[in-house]
Amino acid sequence: MSAGAVITGIGVLAPSGTGVKEFWDTTLIGKNMIGPVTRFDASAHQARLAGEIRGFDPAEHLPVRLVRQTDRMTQLALAAADQALADSGVRLETVPAHQRGVVTAVASGGSEFAQNELRKMGGAGGGHLSAYASFAWFPAVNSGQISVRNDLRGPAGALAGDHAAGLDALGQAGRRIRGGARLIVAGGVDAPVCSWAWAAHLSTGLLSTGRDPERAYLPFDAAARGHVLGEGGALMTVEDETAARARGAHTLYGRIAGHASTLDPRPGSGREPGLRRAAALALADAGCRPADVDVVFADAAGTPRADREEAEAITRLFGLRGVPVTAPKAAIGRLSSGGAPVDVVTALLAMRDGRIPATPQVEPVLTYGLDLVTGRSRTASVRTALVLARGHGGFNAALVLRAVD
Amino acid sequence: MARRVVITGVGVLAPGGLGVRDFWSLLSQGRTATRRITRFDPSPFRSQVAAEIDFVPAAHGLDPQESERMGRAAQFGVVAAREALADSGVAQTLAPQRTGVVMGTAGGAVAGLDAAYRSMSDERRLADVDPAHAPPWLYDHFVPSSFATEVAWAVGAEGPSAVIANGCTAGIDAVAHAVELIRENSADVMVAGATDAPITPVVMAAFDAVRATTTHNDEPTTASRPFDDSRDGFVLGEGAAVFVLEELHHARSRGAHVYAEVAGHASRSNAFHMTGLHPEGRELAEAVRAALHEARLDPRDLDYVNAHGSGTKLNDLHETQAYKLALGEHAHRVPVSSVKSMIGHAMGSVGAIEIAASVLAMEHHVVPPTANLHVPGPGCDLDYVPRVAREQRTDAVLTVGSGFGGFQSAMVLTRHDRSAP
Repeated sequence: MSAGAVITGIGVLAPSGTGVKEFWDTTLIGKNMIGPVTRFDASAHQARLAGEIRGFDPAEHLPVRLVRQTDRMTQLALAAADQALADSGVRLETVPAHQRGVVTAVASGGSEFAQNELRKMGGAGGGHLSAYASFAWFPAVNSGQISVRNDLRGPAGALAGDHAAGLDALGQAGRRIRGGARLIVAGGVDAPVCSWAWAAHLSTGLLSTGRDPERAYLPFDAAARGHVLGEGGALMTVEDETAARARGAHTLYGRIAGHASTLDPRPGSGREPGLRRAAALALADAGCRPADVDVVFADAAGTPRADREEAEAITRLFGLRGVPVTAPKAAIGRLSSGGAPVDVVTALLAMRDGRIPATPQVEPVLTYGLDLVTGRSRTASVRTALVLARGHGGFNAALVLRAVD
Repeated sequence: MARRVVITGVGVLAPGGLGVRDFWSLLSQGRTATRRITRFDPSPFRSQVAAEIDFVPAAHGLDPQESERMGRAAQFGVVAAREALADSGVAQTLAPQRTGVVMGTAGGAVAGLDAAYRSMSDERRLADVDPAHAPPWLYDHFVPSSFATEVAWAVGAEGPSAVIANGCTAGIDAVAHAVELIRENSADVMVAGATDAPITPVVMAAFDAVRATTTHNDEPTTASRPFDDSRDGFVLGEGAAVFVLEELHHARSRGAHVYAEVAGHASRSNAFHMTGLHPEGRELAEAVRAALHEARLDPRDLDYVNAHGSGTKLNDLHETQAYKLALGEHAHRVPVSSVKSMIGHAMGSVGAIEIAASVLAMEHHVVPPTANLHVPGPGCDLDYVPRVAREQRTDAVLTVGSGFGGFQSAMVLTRHDRSAP
């Protein structure tokens, strides 16, 4: 990957905060933001804790017309895109219309909107659906709405890969920049806290059924018992570095230096999962050695088996306790397709401030051999960060971010 | 030196054409596969016509357990992928880690999700779903990324894999993404295409609500009428097309049959409306120009334009306008046809199915017709190859897609010249 794609703006809406400042302050403290599900009655579900975004009123961000035609996922995404563009300080009209685009990750689509429409279908099957039903829940909706709202007339796209696709979206943004685009809004935002999406996630058997918000999601801990699901995500303004410098962009948070994705062998093959290979390929793509990496943001699936596999992938690449590893998401849950982009934001801010946020509440299994940052955030010079993500069905993705001089 | 990417295997599952041979037979004879919906009672709906596939999973070697887990769209994808793999002959030399999968889809596993919703809500009697009745395959259907996983498992791929969910341009964009991955040396072989199975009550109702689909319910076999004055909406279709894409030298070194080179691709967005189209067609024209630029072709080099041609009032004008903008005078000379007149509009997968049609047009030097075109509508003044296929030399083809969200994509396919460097 060329040195060309830099991140110049961040938009983040997560359980730990909406906007960079609140998000980062909460993340550095390691404050646990997991709580009982309030967005629907979860009493019929075995998993009843969530990472919810509190106090987001779409009407404060969007015109009524747009609120009516969108799922919560899209409302959050539109707000995140607004933040990301404002933060970058770019004047969009100075970027040629066909050289500005958008790439978002998606797990499923607008689930709550879909659920409401599925409910309306009559017994005979001829229900009268909303005029927005044909586009409010399809997986490309966030990219479509972001392009319409911000007049992004270049390439648009949506990538699905469960929890992993957020990194692929940023990798794709890097590709688009290399291919001649000047600005791409990229990342992912998801909102699975409705009973329909909840039931779907629950059916994987991977959600924690713990009742204690401090103990329900403990990746790399001996007490790991699955993950807590959350909502939110992040979108970033990705620009061609030369163009960003030429316009005097005030912050170059970091460079998208390398990306790779792999798929696990078919279950039962007995062969090594693909995560280590994805990480190694992303490092090679960035022209880095493992020794260059200052921190790894783990996928942190939170089941004993998945944690052990990830620890093996990391230690095979970096050696035992060879690199600081962290998973601040333990405080907010896994945000489906929005989670990995939030990790990217965390990595960029760690780079900016020289502080690696901790993995709250966790006491790592010693035999994993990880230097897991626990307790308090750690002060360190972060010039290169590796972000890992995995998704249902064997998806693995890795993204390398490097500081910009 | 830049890595070039060629198509060496084709698999198609389309209405009226299960497999490449039957598919091409339908298109080249100008027959239609649209009919009154049989999969459910369509009488409550405004639009009651669709292009359905008569598909029995067991007949394609899928066991009941696999079939249930996959759902209809993934089944289509896997069957088409197997055909493409067999056609290419690459299976014996496949290196799993250098082989990836990209599948496109617009709607994902919508049929399975609706079925799950019904059983979990006691046929919609409960206000909320009961998680205790969730089928074991629910999450596989919830996330369309499972389409790529299923295809990867079927062909033995472990390289870069993704699902491109760009609505109705997903098929073109998925193949284009696979091409990018080979060009950048992330893979040598990609199995790529798209699948969709949207013919369900909920999707019919959603398109009824925006009056996007046809009401020619009394004439189902001629209901899809791209560019015709009597067109009044698209006919929903379903299906999959999957390709084996290879780096040129990889294909050559094993003596593979090369169908075509993927020479150029571009996508642009209208940024205008989620369902409407800006009548000027500027962004589609821009996508066409950029795709031709990447292919280093002049508009005059195009022998055939495989149109989106959905048969909505707006699209066919939008598209005609875009060709005039992008191709200039050549827009009036080059044949432009819509295979949706025969197989309907299979949403995200149709872009891949239309790449298959384009490749086969080059293979046979025959341009498929626009069926049901008798009286071109006002403003539709190009050569749409009405009703009868045309034999002609076909070495370079443009295929385009346009979809909700405002997405516009264009791809240029060329005959691969074996003597070229």
